[in-house]
Amino acid sequence: MTGKVTVTLKVNGRTFSADCEPRKTLADFLRQDLGFTGVHLGCEHGVCGACTISVDGSTARSCCMLAVQAEGTEVTTVEGLASDGNLHPLQEAFWKHHGLQCGFCTPGMLAAASELLEDNPDPTADEIREGISGNLCRCTGYQFIVDSVQDAAQHLRSTT
Amino acid sequence: MAMEFLRPATWDEALAAKAEHPGALPISGGTDVMVEINFDATRPEYLLDLTRIEELTDWSADGERLRIGAGVTYTSLIADLADRLPGLAMASRTVGSPQIRNRGTVAGNLGSASPAGDAHPPLLADDAVVEAHSARGVRHIPITEFYTGVKRNALEPDELIAAVLVPPADGPQQFAKIGTRNAMVISVTAFGLALHPSTGTVGAAFGSAAPTPRRATKAEQFLAAELTESGRWDSRAELDPAAVTRFGALVAEAATPIDDVRGTADYRTHALSVMARRTLVWAWTDYRRKRVRTCA
Repeated sequence: MTGKVTVTLKVNGRTFSADCEPRKTLADFLRQDLGFTGVHLGCEHGVCGACTISVDGSTARSCCMLAVQAEGTEVTTVEGLASDGNLHPLQEAFWKHHGLQCGFCTPGMLAAASELLEDNPDPTADEIREGISGNLCRCTGYQFIVDSVQDAAQHLRSTT
Repeated sequence: MAMEFLRPATWDEALAAKAEHPGALPISGGTDVMVEINFDATRPEYLLDLTRIEELTDWSADGERLRIGAGVTYTSLIADLADRLPGLAMASRTVGSPQIRNRGTVAGNLGSASPAGDAHPPLLADDAVVEAHSARGVRHIPITEFYTGVKRNALEPDELIAAVLVPPADGPQQFAKIGTRNAMVISVTAFGLALHPSTGTVGAAFGSAAPTPRRATKAEQFLAAELTESGRWDSRAELDPAAVTRFGALVAEAATPIDDVRGTADYRTHALSVMARRTLVWAWTDYRRKRVRTCA
């Protein structure tokens, strides 16, 4: 018999604890049990990148992780990007440059772009494309996303 | 049937769990395992999560080899070992996407033993050794004996991969892979090359062109003899174009590919000969340039 397992983790700075089946993916756990519906599920097999979140500071695809594997970790979802009601500079840039249309890929794009800019504050367009290579967008053709990330990078460099 | 989840905190606990439940499926980054589970292609009774075991995420210099713990991700391998293991680092950079490289491991590639795994050609070309542990003890498996069939490896049911041991490069290494785009592809075919000037030998291996990743032994022997007999290891003279062509042909000859959704057997064979020639020229150019740099 397999009972439920209690998973305790930090999401966007707050500690949560909930019971779930060992079989449950972290993506489903975050959406269904903790209410972080900004985690989008596209393909559920690691191809589209929509479910990308940050786990202990590195991006991961939450559909390819089990919730039980996230025990004790610190997770950041798209809900944790804005602070005090102000959009993160990346979110601001996506808005300004039309880096999204339907918005389905956006939470994952933002997570990937955010990690990229932490590692490389001044990326070239090619480096941005490599940074978001694990995230599919079916609306923008990527160009506006690249523009957004470049603009956000410039903004972040000028303010830090 | 429900799936039981085992989450050992120590390596000894992991080995004990594997001994007790030999059918348990080890999971680390989840790149392969989670896809199979999400698709319901596999429903193991026990999942054995290795991500809590911190010692697995370390690498170290172990005598003449680098010992890469089973939990070392592609991202850390690229960051820490690219200078010492250039071939494996090149292959690692072509794995999936940043998200996948953050969690995926070389040991995971070995555990899956897919003929298309990107890490296999450089591991074969560089004479890696798989360090397998069980409650019974430690076993070192030469990489050439590790792949036993399509997605099958030489591990015993109670064994877990603890680390892979790879000698640091003693000469230029190269890797090439063909896919429909740069990221997020399973290779149509891939090729790894390692030149070993210190022993006058050559490592050449490919993926996705046989039931297992495979070394092109005849091509290795031909090139090593050619470079030795012509004195080129020392003279570092330009390669004989006929030898380059012959090397490519021998690599292609070693392949026994199939037609599948990613490509035809003919295409794979041809592509291998092209990749073998190109990587050889790149590696040799690198070798010649290094001398200029050390002399200057």
